[in-house]
Amino acid sequence: MSDIYSEIILDHYKHPHNRGKIKHATHKAQEDNPLCGDNIKIYIKLSDKKIIEDISFEGEGCAISQASASMLTEFLKGKPLEQAKAITPEQIYDLLKIEISPARAKCALLSLKTIKSALA
Amino acid sequence: MPILDPKKIKELFPIFSKEENKNLVYLDNASTTQRPKVVIDALKNFYETYNSNIHRGIYDLSEKATKMYEDTREYTAKFINAKSSEEIIFTKNTTESINLLAYTLSDDMLQKGDRIITTSLEHHANFVPWQTMAKKKGFILSVVPVKDDYTLDMDKFEELIKEQNVKLVCISAMSNVTGTIPDIKTIIKRAHEVGALVMVDGAQSIAHEHTDVQEMDCDFFVFSSHKMFGPFGVGIVYGKKELLDKLPPFLYGGDMIKSVKETCTLFNDTPWKFEAGTPSVADVVAFKKAMEFIEELGIENIKNCEMNLAKKAVEMLETHKQVKIIKPKNLDESGPVISFVIEDIHPHDIAEVFNKENIAIRAGHHCNQPLMSHLGIPATARLSFSIYNTEEDIERVELALKKLFEIFAK
Repeated sequence: MSDIYSEIILDHYKHPHNRGKIKHATHKAQEDNPLCGDNIKIYIKLSDKKIIEDISFEGEGCAISQASASMLTEFLKGKPLEQAKAITPEQIYDLLKIEISPARAKCALLSLKTIKSALA
Repeated sequence: MPILDPKKIKELFPIFSKEENKNLVYLDNASTTQRPKVVIDALKNFYETYNSNIHRGIYDLSEKATKMYEDTREYTAKFINAKSSEEIIFTKNTTESINLLAYTLSDDMLQKGDRIITTSLEHHANFVPWQTMAKKKGFILSVVPVKDDYTLDMDKFEELIKEQNVKLVCISAMSNVTGTIPDIKTIIKRAHEVGALVMVDGAQSIAHEHTDVQEMDCDFFVFSSHKMFGPFGVGIVYGKKELLDKLPPFLYGGDMIKSVKETCTLFNDTPWKFEAGTPSVADVVAFKKAMEFIEELGIENIKNCEMNLAKKAVEMLETHKQVKIIKPKNLDESGPVISFVIEDIHPHDIAEVFNKENIAIRAGHHCNQPLMSHLGIPATARLSFSIYNTEEDIERVELALKKLFEIFAK
């Protein structure tokens, strides 16, 4: 059995949360992982108080990149901007709760990279 | 015709007898093949017995090394049936070989407004250099598309070749994604009829198809040692002597000169004028053993053996209705490379699960993004066969596929 395809990862991959395009996004960005052809678009709606009121993603890619986008957007909803900006790769790995090999790190971190460029 | 026994052949490749690789199924041969012991021994032997720089030393050791290096040039010429060894240039890989041609042809033979034809089957190595030169120098780059059956659209080629000022056609003899083998003979014939030169990228075909550059009548042919059981670090350019003579050098420096004065330099003759600096001598020397290895097995035997496996792999994949095979239906029009996609499972996830089963396959765009976008997919998973692969490997692939379906059915 492949460790990285945990129930939670596969569940987020097949039934992603926050998938689609939100209305009135204040920030958006797209990033690609050219090696594997993954891509993620992120839409963020930031409130006046710099809180992430709403966040969503579109895109295609492997189970890891898509599940990571689903879980990360879920995690960030309602959080302050500063917290989103400070997220580290380690926090993503903790969120995913699986061992990420160096080859898959780019997949796992694609949504984080996209969120950071949206907020940059 | 003797039938090759892949199990016996596998024993000739030390990597498969290492404890950590005991169960390895290696199906990424289109990326790089494994090396037989004869090639590894030749590298060791060179460094232990003949190590010295070439074309310089007056002493015996250097003369021996020079002879071994030049013997490989001679052997390479025979291997692809070039007219003479002076038509063989050593580079570091196919990409450098194509860049050598892209730069020198663009400098001297092509002019603003000239057309270059390439195809959407090309590896980025045979696409990006031409696209870049076209932008830099004002050439017009046309791309022959693939049809829905993954063969080249020859009607479109015919249309493009009839355009004004077509001066160069750059085409792969075998696709690294679909395995497609274009009708090179017709393409070369038509190109020559309109006065265009033809550069054939043989990186994928060289280990699977008999290559005769004189019969093919291509003007240039490029390939790499590492995709044909030889060392990394050796690329080859074949060019018709009269054309190479007309081209300027590519890189400048030592070894590519006859004489240097403060005000001017007289360059060396073909092919040495294209080989500036110290080449990867040991790798070139050992490359000869790789060609000998292929000739001992017989390229036709190799081809039969690999295509037999490719056919069985296609038949196996076809029994799984979720799998879509990205390869010409008629296997005679393609080599032992099989790309496939599975609905709702990304190729990366396929390769990951295969890896857990000790099966090495490639997943990605295979350095051919234009083809991927043409096919409307981000990536494929790819199996590519060589002579040490066995029917058991295909059974292992099927088991891995079943595991994959199990995981993603949850």
